[in-house]
Amino acid sequence: MSEQAVTRYTNDFLREVEKNVEEGHWVKMCMQCGVCSGSCPLGSAWAHPPQEIFMMIRAGKREEVLSSDSMWMCTSCYNCIVRCPRKLPITHIMHGLANYAHRLGLAPKNQPTRQFAKMFWDNLVQKGRVNELKLSLGLYFKDGFVQGIKNALAMQSIGLGMMKARRLNPFELFGGHACKDQKGIQAMLRKAREIEDRKKGYTA
Amino acid sequence: MAKKEYAFYPGCSSQLKASASNYLTSTNSMCQALDVKLTEIPDWNCCGASIGYAEGGELPRHVLNARNFALAEAHLPGKEIVATCAACWLGARESKDRLGAGSQLLADTNEALKEAGLHYKGETSIRHMVEVLIEDLGYDALKAPVVKPLEGIKFAGYVGCQTNRPFGIVGESFENPVYLDKLVETVGGEAVPYDQKVTCCGGALAFSEPDKSQKQIRDIVESAYDHGAEMIVTPCPLCQANVEIYQSEINKKQGTKFNMPVLYYSQLMTVAYGGSAKEAGLDGQLIHAAKLEEIAKK
Repeated sequence: MSEQAVTRYTNDFLREVEKNVEEGHWVKMCMQCGVCSGSCPLGSAWAHPPQEIFMMIRAGKREEVLSSDSMWMCTSCYNCIVRCPRKLPITHIMHGLANYAHRLGLAPKNQPTRQFAKMFWDNLVQKGRVNELKLSLGLYFKDGFVQGIKNALAMQSIGLGMMKARRLNPFELFGGHACKDQKGIQAMLRKAREIEDRKKGYTA
Repeated sequence: MAKKEYAFYPGCSSQLKASASNYLTSTNSMCQALDVKLTEIPDWNCCGASIGYAEGGELPRHVLNARNFALAEAHLPGKEIVATCAACWLGARESKDRLGAGSQLLADTNEALKEAGLHYKGETSIRHMVEVLIEDLGYDALKAPVVKPLEGIKFAGYVGCQTNRPFGIVGESFENPVYLDKLVETVGGEAVPYDQKVTCCGGALAFSEPDKSQKQIRDIVESAYDHGAEMIVTPCPLCQANVEIYQSEINKKQGTKFNMPVLYYSQLMTVAYGGSAKEAGLDGQLIHAAKLEEIAKK
C-alpha cells in the first residue's frame, strides 16, 4: 500500500495521539479482541473500556476520548499489558491519554483520581519525597473544610492506629521526610517539564 | 565482608514512621541474617509511583528515576540497585528500559539532570529484593538460617500486581506465580491455594475511589478466609497497607468481620531466622499477627 493510501485512512486525532501521547504509536495495532477490557479490575467502571477507546481514537472522536473519565479508572495493575495478544503497552497508553487530556485541560475537572494524582506529584516535588500525612489531609480537605473534617473524622480510628503502629508521624505536618538537594530536584524537574511541554505542544 | 552488597533504594513508604516502616525494619533484620549488605543511595528521591503519570508525564518521571541511578553510579559504583517497594522497582525498571543508549529520551534526561549537577551513564541495573533472594541467593540459602520454622501457620501468598506485571520475576507465570508460596514453605509455613493471589488491591485508587477499591480488597481478604488462611503475606507495601488498613472500613460498611493480619515476606523470614517481634516489625501491624508473635517469643 502506498504511503498516501495509508495517510488517507489516518485521521487527525489518531495522528495527534501517535505524535503526542506516550506509546500512542501502538493504537493502530489494536485488533479489538477485548481481552484488556475483560481483564481490567475496574472494567465495569469504565464508560469506554480500553478497546473502545482505541476504536474511538481511530474514529477521530477527540472530544469524547479526551473528556472521558475512563482512563482515570486505571489502577496500574498491568493485567491488560501482559494479556494483550499483540503486546500493546495498554496501561502506558491509558496513562499517556490521561496525562495528555489533563495537560490540555480537557479531562473532567473534579475527577477524584485526577485530583489525587496532581496532589501526589505536587507533594513529591516539594521535598523530593512523599509526605504521606500532608497527602492524606490534602485529599480529605479537597472538597472544602467542612467535608474535610467529616472525612478526617471518618478515618480517625485508622489514623490513630497508624500512629500507634509508628507508621504515621503527626510531626510530618511540620517538615518530615525530605531530600537534601531539593533545589536541584526542583530545577531538574522544571527543565524536564520545559522540554516535554515544548515537544508535546503544551502551552502552560 | 558481606556475602552480597547492593545499593539500597527503600522508597518513600519505607522510611522511619512512614506507612511501610515495618517493611524497612524487617528487611534490615532479614538481610543481616542472610549476610546481605544494603547501602542506601545517598539522598535518593521518590520514583513518581504509578499515579505520578497524570501531572508528571513522561520525561519528568524518567528524570526522577534517573537521578537515583546517577547517584548510585557516582557513590556506589558497580553495585546493583535493589528496591523493596513494588512501585519503586517497577517505575525505576520502566525508566531504565526506556532510557536506552543513544535515545533522544536519554539525551533529554541528561539535559534535565544537569540542573542537579548529575549525569546518568546507563550502567546501573535495578532489582527487586525478591529477585535478590530467589536469584542471587536461592531457596537453599534462604532455608539455611531458619531456626524457628513457621510450623502450623497457614498463609495466603498475595503477590498482587507490581512485582508480577508487567516485568515479573523471571520464570514465573503472570497468572499464577509461585515464588511467594515457595518462600513461605522455605521458612516452614503452609501456603494455601489462593485464587486471588494476583488480584489488584486498587492501588492508588484506594484513596481516590475507595468504594471501587474496597470491593477488590474484600475479594482478596474473603478468599484468604475461604481457603483457610490465617494470615496474608505480600511483597508490596501498597498491597500491605490497602489490604490491612481498610478491613475495618469494610467491616463498618458491609458488616463483615475481617481481622486478617497482612505481613511482608521479610517479616516471616525474620521471625523464622530467630529475630524478635520488634526486629520483624510485628509491632507495626494494625491487625496483630498473634501466632507469629508467639513463635518470635519462643
